[in-house]
Amino acid sequence: MAELPKATEPFKFCTRLHLRELTGLRASNLKQLVSLIKTVPGSSIYHHTHHFLQQHQYLSPEPPNDFAYWVSQVLGEERLGERLAAIDTIQYSTIRALRERIVETIEDYLNSYSTANLKFASEGEEFHFIRSISFVLPTPYEAHDLQELVDALRKVTIDSIYFHIFESRLRLEKETNDISYWIEGCLGDKELADEIANLDPYTYTLEGLRENIINLIEERMKSITDSG
Amino acid sequence: MRIEDYEPIVGKQIIDEFWLIAEKLKGKVIQNINSTAVGGGVAEILSRMVPLLQSLGVETKWDFIKGGEKFFWVTKKFHNALHGKPEEITQDMFDTFLDVSQQNIDEISIYGDIVFIHDPQPVALVKRRQALKNKWLWRCHIDVSNPNLKVWNFLRDFIVLYDAAVFSAPAFSMQLPIRQFLIAPSIDPLSEKNIELSQETIDSVLKKYGVPKDKPIITQVSRFDYLKDPLGVIDAFKMVRRYTKCRLVLAGGTATDDPESDKVLAEVREKAGKDPDIHILLVPSESDLEINALQRASTIIVQKSLKEGFGLTVSEALWKAKPVVASAVGGIPLQITHKYSGMLCHSIDGAAFAIKQLLHSPAYAKRLGENGRNHVKQNFLLTRHLKDYMLVFLSFEYSDDIVNL
Repeated sequence: MAELPKATEPFKFCTRLHLRELTGLRASNLKQLVSLIKTVPGSSIYHHTHHFLQQHQYLSPEPPNDFAYWVSQVLGEERLGERLAAIDTIQYSTIRALRERIVETIEDYLNSYSTANLKFASEGEEFHFIRSISFVLPTPYEAHDLQELVDALRKVTIDSIYFHIFESRLRLEKETNDISYWIEGCLGDKELADEIANLDPYTYTLEGLRENIINLIEERMKSITDSG
Repeated sequence: MRIEDYEPIVGKQIIDEFWLIAEKLKGKVIQNINSTAVGGGVAEILSRMVPLLQSLGVETKWDFIKGGEKFFWVTKKFHNALHGKPEEITQDMFDTFLDVSQQNIDEISIYGDIVFIHDPQPVALVKRRQALKNKWLWRCHIDVSNPNLKVWNFLRDFIVLYDAAVFSAPAFSMQLPIRQFLIAPSIDPLSEKNIELSQETIDSVLKKYGVPKDKPIITQVSRFDYLKDPLGVIDAFKMVRRYTKCRLVLAGGTATDDPESDKVLAEVREKAGKDPDIHILLVPSESDLEINALQRASTIIVQKSLKEGFGLTVSEALWKAKPVVASAVGGIPLQITHKYSGMLCHSIDGAAFAIKQLLHSPAYAKRLGENGRNHVKQNFLLTRHLKDYMLVFLSFEYSDDIVNL
């Protein structure tokens, strides 16, 4: 039976906790919404496209991003809500690109359905822009090979999974998620790294994502040990 | 009360993270200041937060300002005015507030690295700040979305001197030139109002109040107040009962400081008449365990308020995995995502329609309840509240969006 290869550097698990800061900015209709989306800090765009993942991490299928939810449920513009929900976030590697896509989607819609801008949210149901502040903390968990990676993945919080899969890729503008980056860079296993990178993490619950990543790694370990 | 007591509920990993954050606060003294040790929501929260922070090794203290009858009468008026209730505010009231505040400014010992001031009563203590090099945080537990501007502008002159403010919901805040954090309130899963109960206990409470278990029970827990719309709930119930057998429980107390509540109760009783399916229960305010049992005995829980603060009764119901139908007012939309973790409504007809749907689709109702419980577990338990406070304390050290600790 072949032994699992050891990494050149250990994978050190971090966790990410977030605090919400109010910007004082609010929108009552689509025009205000799109104009604020263009100007709010990137940390606010990040918050409204990602906080559902953590806040509703148990739901499957998950609710869409905040913009889609508000447009559908509060303004009653379900066609636009559907288009915003369908934005394939995984395709965007920067907040800037994601922001542009959201703006374009709303502006295209307003051009096609100009009366949509006549709808106003009732008092108390306005869209409030919030920004997210992340606190990244080291955890005691680290891995030197795939088995240790699986063991740690079972133990860390979903906040840790979230940090390494979503935040590091989009907010820290890395090309891929941390786990794939380490598997390719420190274990030299590009095939497994790609398999994990090809999961669309936005369509799983965080627990579902944890299980899927573990399954992919375990299958890989089995093929390595069997090959020996 | 220790942080480990919450481990069976939130899991070891979450508690481990608390220790990591607490470690970063070592050496800092957090000094909480409010107006009273007992009575009211702020004292209730602090009585839990302070020992929990101490159990994590964060040096946390709790002090009070001195007031007197006239001062607290004035601050009660301020409180109502901030909530948007019409109140006559006189210069004499402002003078009383300033005089008593000055005595407190002169006498109180300020020693915290972070001075955490709760609500308007002690807000003026920030005038001590100039002589000190510590950080000042103001926690607003009130909905100030539509305040009496005379009172708000008076208080605002003090608020802007703080390093940061904390509000419970985005809609409850005002534009300010200082940093503002969003921290929702929370429920304590280990309190009598929320702990698990045996079926025996639940049944004994139903027996005590004469509520049979023969039909699905729809419950609203709230004091008898027009703003909680108990009359509207009876209308919605009657619309539902045309199609489905069910009972309605309206459980709550009358507030001693609200002369209107007896009038509301009388109207509710008159509207209910001798209907054997409608149970109007006067539950004394200290009967948390009984409220818990009534919620757990319910098939659906309703909160059809016309206006609401944060509306934590919704989180209490969701924590018990109950499907909830509630108005989209105050902090309720933060607790319920429509059709995911409960149903939001805007009218009596809407409430009736949602209740009917849930009674006719028990599997969907069950899923909403389970989602709701998970949502509360993730977002509205005391542990999350505690974590947010620790992160705010840490945020004084950093200004970036991403902080590597």
